[in-house]
Amino acid sequence: MTIPQLSIFIENRSGTLIKVLEVLKQANIQIIASTIADTAEYGIYRIICSEPTRACEELKNAGIAVAISDVFAIELDDQPGRAADAVKMFSEAGISITYMYSFLLRSKGILIFRTDDNAHAAQVIQQNNLKSMTP
Amino acid sequence: MIDNNSPYFNPKNETLTREQIEALQLERLQATIRQCLKNEFYRKKFDELGITPDDIQTLADVRKLPFTTKQDLRDTYPFGMACVPLRDCVRLHSSSGTTGNPTVILHTQKDLDEWANQVARNLWMVGLRPDDVFQNSSGYGMFTGGLGFQYGAERLGMLTVPAAAGNSLRQIKFIKDFGTTCIHAVPSYVTRLYEVMKEQGVDPRRDTKLKGLAIGAEPHSEEQRQRIQDMMGVKAYNSFGMSEMCGPGVGFECPEQNGLHFWEDYYIVEIVDPETLEPVPDGEIGELVLTTLCREAMPLLRYRTRDLTRVLGRTCPCGRNHIRLDRMRGRSDDMMVLRGVNIFPIQIEKVLMQFSELGNNYLITLTTDEDNDNMTVEVELAQPTDDYKQLQNLERDIRRRLKDEILLTPIVKLVAKGTLPVSEGKAVRVVDKRKVYQ
Repeated sequence: MTIPQLSIFIENRSGTLIKVLEVLKQANIQIIASTIADTAEYGIYRIICSEPTRACEELKNAGIAVAISDVFAIELDDQPGRAADAVKMFSEAGISITYMYSFLLRSKGILIFRTDDNAHAAQVIQQNNLKSMTP
Repeated sequence: MIDNNSPYFNPKNETLTREQIEALQLERLQATIRQCLKNEFYRKKFDELGITPDDIQTLADVRKLPFTTKQDLRDTYPFGMACVPLRDCVRLHSSSGTTGNPTVILHTQKDLDEWANQVARNLWMVGLRPDDVFQNSSGYGMFTGGLGFQYGAERLGMLTVPAAAGNSLRQIKFIKDFGTTCIHAVPSYVTRLYEVMKEQGVDPRRDTKLKGLAIGAEPHSEEQRQRIQDMMGVKAYNSFGMSEMCGPGVGFECPEQNGLHFWEDYYIVEIVDPETLEPVPDGEIGELVLTTLCREAMPLLRYRTRDLTRVLGRTCPCGRNHIRLDRMRGRSDDMMVLRGVNIFPIQIEKVLMQFSELGNNYLITLTTDEDNDNMTVEVELAQPTDDYKQLQNLERDIRRRLKDEILLTPIVKLVAKGTLPVSEGKAVRVVDKRKVYQ
């Protein structure tokens, strides 16, 4: 139901992002999706990639602090309105989504998110037969 | 009664010639040494150096005497430096003591009288007279800038308002309603007062009777002084004091504003190389070392102030031949003075190291932003997280705990591991970019 995601603390300074990307390139790790928000001082760079465990090791070896965490990843049909339908289920269950991002993979929409109540969210996913992306 | 038209509060002592000053100093030094030897601390020091009072025959012999350090004061906490019985003491001042034992300074009634005379002499020197109204917008309590100026201004005979620091609206109301003619405050607070005046539509030139300012207790540049003078429309005189030497009153600018007169009937002034402890020539920067000459309760020999300055001259068009020293240029130890508060990097470190989320590297940067001195603490994040809120809470918690420790709220910046410079050997923990040191 969940997939591993890398979280890297990045300061808003030039050169910090490329350092991370170069490590992943050297290790021949492919990024499937990634996101970074623009805050004043720093951001958390979140990455879904191939071989997350090895990616984590490579980054650590390069002196980059990285956390690995599990996030929900549900598959949606590539149709208008599917994201709204899915989010509504969580909203009606009283669950807040702390962050979310989406991308297309093999003509399926993938919704990555984290909630304030992950156990409850898992129940909602099960009850509604939402399909999870397989790592 | 002193003649209001006299430029001097103590005409005799303020206008001594150099020869007279030095003769008086030698006489008072010999008396001070006898007073010091009533105390075991100095008896031990004299024994260790193998010297007796008879070895001090000229003023140059002061260099035979032992140095005294802040650490000595801590080690003898609380009353180990007293040279009179405690029942003869009437006042105790103490430093914050956040880096170990506090330091305690004791005063007899005579010490307090002399201290008040020193401060009164300074205020008289810059033109204040008994019909002036003096508003002391400085912290009271243990901070000697409060009571020190209070008693000095009263000794001069002024109507003295112990307004203390803070509550700018009330300060401005007092200035207008009481006809305040002189304010004493730390420079950054004067700037703050001006900002609030501007917001309130108060023009200090038009709406107040101010004729002078006494500023001190935090390092400030000539440029900052100029700006304060331009803002308030009056002269701002630099004041030097430290609680170990009683408090304010040790040195003060005369109307020439060309260095601070250090009162040599009260102190022997030496400027030494902080490494070799040898005297440096006039004009060269070194550490200020002071010997008290009139103290009963706690005389101090060759006290290392850690403040860096230089000798500008020994004569002055104002008629006073007391040594003139440059404004303080920094410290020979790692103590920072920010908005009148003494802070050691170790205090910051102590707080940061309590957070398991943080790494070992940190950097303290002091800056001047729009006339306010600020501290930024950058610290490396050791444990990464996927949660923004956690980072924001962490920043807030660090800020609060630092405020509890150093009494100021710094700007806290989390940085990624490995981004702060790690220097060889001793890490550079403090970068001072304030205007005063440029």
